[in-house]
Amino acid sequence: MTEQLQIDFDKITKSLGISEKDKEFKRKYLKKFIESGFPNKKKENWKFLDINQIIKKNIGDLSFFNDYSSPNKIDSTIFVDGLEHNKIIFINGRIEKIDFNYEDKNKIEINDEIEKKVLFDNDNSLLDLNNAFTNKTFKIVVKENYSLKKPLIIYHTTNKKMRLKSINLRLDFELEKNSSLRLIDFFTDNTDKNFQNILYNFNLKKDSILKNYKIDNFKNDNLKYSFNNIEQEANSVSETFILSAGSNYFKNEINCNLNGEYSSAFVNGLFSLKENQQHEIRTIINHLVENTKSYQLIKSVLGESSKAAYQGKIFVNSKAQKTDGYQLSKAILLDESSEFNAKPELEIYADDVKCSHGSASGNLNESSIFYLMSRGLNYQQSKELLINGFLLDVVEKITDSEIKNLIKNMIGLKE
Amino acid sequence: MDTREKDIENLKDYKYGFITDIENIKAPKGLNENVIKFISNIKKEPEWMLNFRLKAFERFKQLKEPNWQKPKYPKIDYQDLYYYSAPKSMKNKPKSLDELDPKLLETYKKLGIPLQEQARLNGIAVDAVFDSVSVATTFKGELTKHGIIFCSMSEAIQKHPELVKKYLGSVIPTTDHFFATLNSAVFTDGSFVYIPEGVKCPMELSTYFRINASETGQFERTLIIADKGSYVSYLEGCTAPMRDENQLHAANVELIALDDAEIKYSTVQNWYPGDANGKGGIFNFVTKRGLCKGKNSKISWTQVETGSAITWKYPSCILKGDNSVGEFYSIAITNNYQKADTGTKMIHLGKNTKSKIISKGISAGFSDMTYRGLVDINSKAKNSSNYTQCDSLLMGNKCGAHTVPYIKNKNFESNIAHEATTSKISEEQLHYCQQRGLNSEEAVGLIVNGFCKEVLQQLPMEFAVEAQKLVGISLEGSVG
Repeated sequence: MTEQLQIDFDKITKSLGISEKDKEFKRKYLKKFIESGFPNKKKENWKFLDINQIIKKNIGDLSFFNDYSSPNKIDSTIFVDGLEHNKIIFINGRIEKIDFNYEDKNKIEINDEIEKKVLFDNDNSLLDLNNAFTNKTFKIVVKENYSLKKPLIIYHTTNKKMRLKSINLRLDFELEKNSSLRLIDFFTDNTDKNFQNILYNFNLKKDSILKNYKIDNFKNDNLKYSFNNIEQEANSVSETFILSAGSNYFKNEINCNLNGEYSSAFVNGLFSLKENQQHEIRTIINHLVENTKSYQLIKSVLGESSKAAYQGKIFVNSKAQKTDGYQLSKAILLDESSEFNAKPELEIYADDVKCSHGSASGNLNESSIFYLMSRGLNYQQSKELLINGFLLDVVEKITDSEIKNLIKNMIGLKE
Repeated sequence: MDTREKDIENLKDYKYGFITDIENIKAPKGLNENVIKFISNIKKEPEWMLNFRLKAFERFKQLKEPNWQKPKYPKIDYQDLYYYSAPKSMKNKPKSLDELDPKLLETYKKLGIPLQEQARLNGIAVDAVFDSVSVATTFKGELTKHGIIFCSMSEAIQKHPELVKKYLGSVIPTTDHFFATLNSAVFTDGSFVYIPEGVKCPMELSTYFRINASETGQFERTLIIADKGSYVSYLEGCTAPMRDENQLHAANVELIALDDAEIKYSTVQNWYPGDANGKGGIFNFVTKRGLCKGKNSKISWTQVETGSAITWKYPSCILKGDNSVGEFYSIAITNNYQKADTGTKMIHLGKNTKSKIISKGISAGFSDMTYRGLVDINSKAKNSSNYTQCDSLLMGNKCGAHTVPYIKNKNFESNIAHEATTSKISEEQLHYCQQRGLNSEEAVGLIVNGFCKEVLQQLPMEFAVEAQKLVGISLEGSVG
C-alpha cells in the first residue's frame, strides 16, 4: 500500500499545483499515515469494528488518486424535493457547486484558502489520511446575528468514474455571535466500493446554534467515515442527528468541546441495519467549564447479520461543576445473527455533577406483540408498529419541525 | 467517647501496620528458573507441579506487562523481588497449633484472628497465610467429618494430587495474562477447598492473608471446587505492615462450580493503602475467575475494597452451564492517593444464564476510581439476561470517578440492561441528618452506608459489621 500511497500522492500534488508549503504540510501527514496505516482493532476506538479488515474484505486495494481537474456533471434528480434549500454539491469528493441563493450574500463568507493547522492532538490515522489527500478546503463563515433562512444541504455523491477509491474531503464552518445554521448532509451514491473520509470542523461562537443532520438512507456498498469536531463558546447549542442506515459501513465520530458556560450539545442517532451492514457512532463530549449540558440518545434496530456499535464518552473536567450529562442507548435485535456492542463511558473529575448513562439491548417484547395481535393486527404489522414507535422516539428529538417531517417521510415513519 | 468514636480512634491510623519480627527463609532475590526450582524444591513438590511452573515461566518470558489500565504505577523491577519468604519455624511444618511459633500466634491475635479453635465461638474455619506459606488451618476435624477438604495449597498438592492436577489452571490457564502467568510460575501457597457431592458446608471457610516481609511479592493461589449439589461460603481478608516501598500482590483465585453447586466468595481487602501522601502501599493485581461448569450452578463474588495503593482486578464469571447464575457485588473506596480499576466480567455461554452486577464506587481526596466491566452474551446463550448497576459517589473535586463498561450482545433472545450514575452527597440529605442531631461526619457515614447497603447485605454477618466500620473509617477526614 505504501508504494501506491506515494505514487498517488505525487500525482495529486502535481495536478493540484499547490504551494511548496502546503505540500510540506501534506507530506508530513502522509508520512504519519504510512507509519500507522488504517486503524485496526488493537486500537481501543476500533475494537468493535475493525476498519482495516473491513476495507480489505470489501474493497481490497484502495487507490488514493482522484482527478480533481475536470468538473463532473451535476445530476439534479438527486435533489431533495419539498424543501427549499441552499446547496453544496460534492461529486467524487470535488466541490462542484456552492449555492446560497436564498441568503443575504453579505452575511455569508466563503474562503477557499484557510490556514491549515492541526485541529487536535490525537492518534487517529484517518485524519492524517484526510489531511494528506484533501484537495481544497473551504471555510464557510456565517456572520454575526445572521440566521440562514433556509437549510443548507450538502450532497455527497459519486459517479461512474469512482471505484475502489479513497475520497477525502473537509469543510470548516464558523458561526459568529448569535448566528445559526441548519445543515443537512445527504448521501447518495451511484457507484460502490469506495471509502469516503469526511472531516468537518465547527467553531461555534457565543449564542450561536448549529443543527447538523446526517442522512445516510439509501442502500449502497460504500464505506464511510465522518468526523465532526465541534468547539463551543458560551451559550451555544449544537444538535447532531445521525440516520445511519444506507452504507455498508459507516462510522460517525463526534468530538465536542464545551468551552463556554451554559453551552450544550445534543447527539441523537438511529441505526436501522440489515444485510451485513456494520455501523458505529462514537462520541466524546468534553465538559470543560461550569454549567454545561449534554444529552445523547442512540437507538438501533438490527437484523440479518448486521452489527452496530456505540461508544459514548462523557468527560467532566475538575472545573466543570454543575455539569449535566446524559447518555442512553437502546437496541432491538431482530434475529440471531445480529449483534449490538456498547461502551458508554464516564470519566469524571468534579463532584457536583449529574451524570448518568443507560444501555439496554434485547428483542421485541412478546407481550406487546401479543397485545397488538389480540386487537386484530397480524404478527408482521404488530412488529412494524412497535419498531416504528421505538424509532420515532429519536426522530421526535429533532427540534426543527420542517426537517423532522422530511426525515419522517424519508424513512416512512408514521405518527 | 461512645463506641463509634472509639472505633474510629482505634482505627484512625492503619492499625494493622505493625511488623512481626520473625526469622525468615527467603529464596534468592530475582526471577529465574532456579528460583522456581527452589520454591518447588522447598515445598517438596512432585515433578508435574514443577513442569506446570516452568511452562508458565516460559510463557511469561514472552509476555509484555499490560499498560491499558487507568492507574499508572512506577515500573516494577521483577528481578529485585523475593519470590519466597517463610517464617523459619515453618520449615518443618508443625503438626498442631501448640507447636506453632508463638510469635505467629501473637500476630494473628493482634489482627483479631485467634487461631486456637477453642477461642473461636463463631464457627469459622480459618486458613492463615503468612507471607509465602500457610501457617495454620483450623477446624480440620469437624470438616473432615463431612468429607470436606480445606487445607493449604501445598498440602493439597501432596495429598490430593488428582484433584489439583485436574482443576488447577482449568479456569486461569498458564497461558493467561501477564500477572496470572507470573503467579502460575511462582505461586507459593494459598487455600484449597473441595466440597464433595451434595454437601452443604456447615461453617464459613476463611483465609487470612498477611504480608510481613519486605521486598517480597505475595503470590498465592486459591482453588475452590464445589462438586455436584454442594454449597460453600468462603471469606478472604488481607492486611500488610506499613512500609514506604510498594509491594506487589498478584494472586490467582479459581472457582469451579459443578451441577447445582453454589460458591459464595467474599473479600474484605484492607491491604496497607500507603500514607496520606501516597507513599508506599500494596499493588493489588489479582486475577479471580469462577467457572460455572455445571447446570444450575451459581457463583457469587462480593468484595469490599478499601485498602491497597492500587487495586486492579476483575473477579469474573464464565457461565458455561445452562441456567447458571453469576453475581458480582462490589464496594470500592479510595481516599488520599489511592487508585482503583476494578469491576467484573460476565461471559454468558450457556442457555438461560443470568448475571447481576452491583458496583458502588466512592472516591475522596486525590484518589481515582474506575469501574471497568464486560458483559458478553454469546450467540448460543439463548434467553440470557444481565442487569448492571454502577453508581459512583464523589467527595471533592480533586478526585475522579470513571465508568467503562463494555456491553456485547450477540443473542437476540437475550436482554442486557445497564445503568450508571455519578453524584455527590446532596446538601439536602446532609442538612436533614444534621437537623436530627448528627454531626457532619456521622451524617456522611450514614449516607454512605445507605449508598452501599445493597452490597453490604450480601456479606456474611461477621464480615458485614467489620465492613460497615471499614467504610466509615476509610473516609475519615475526607469531609469538612
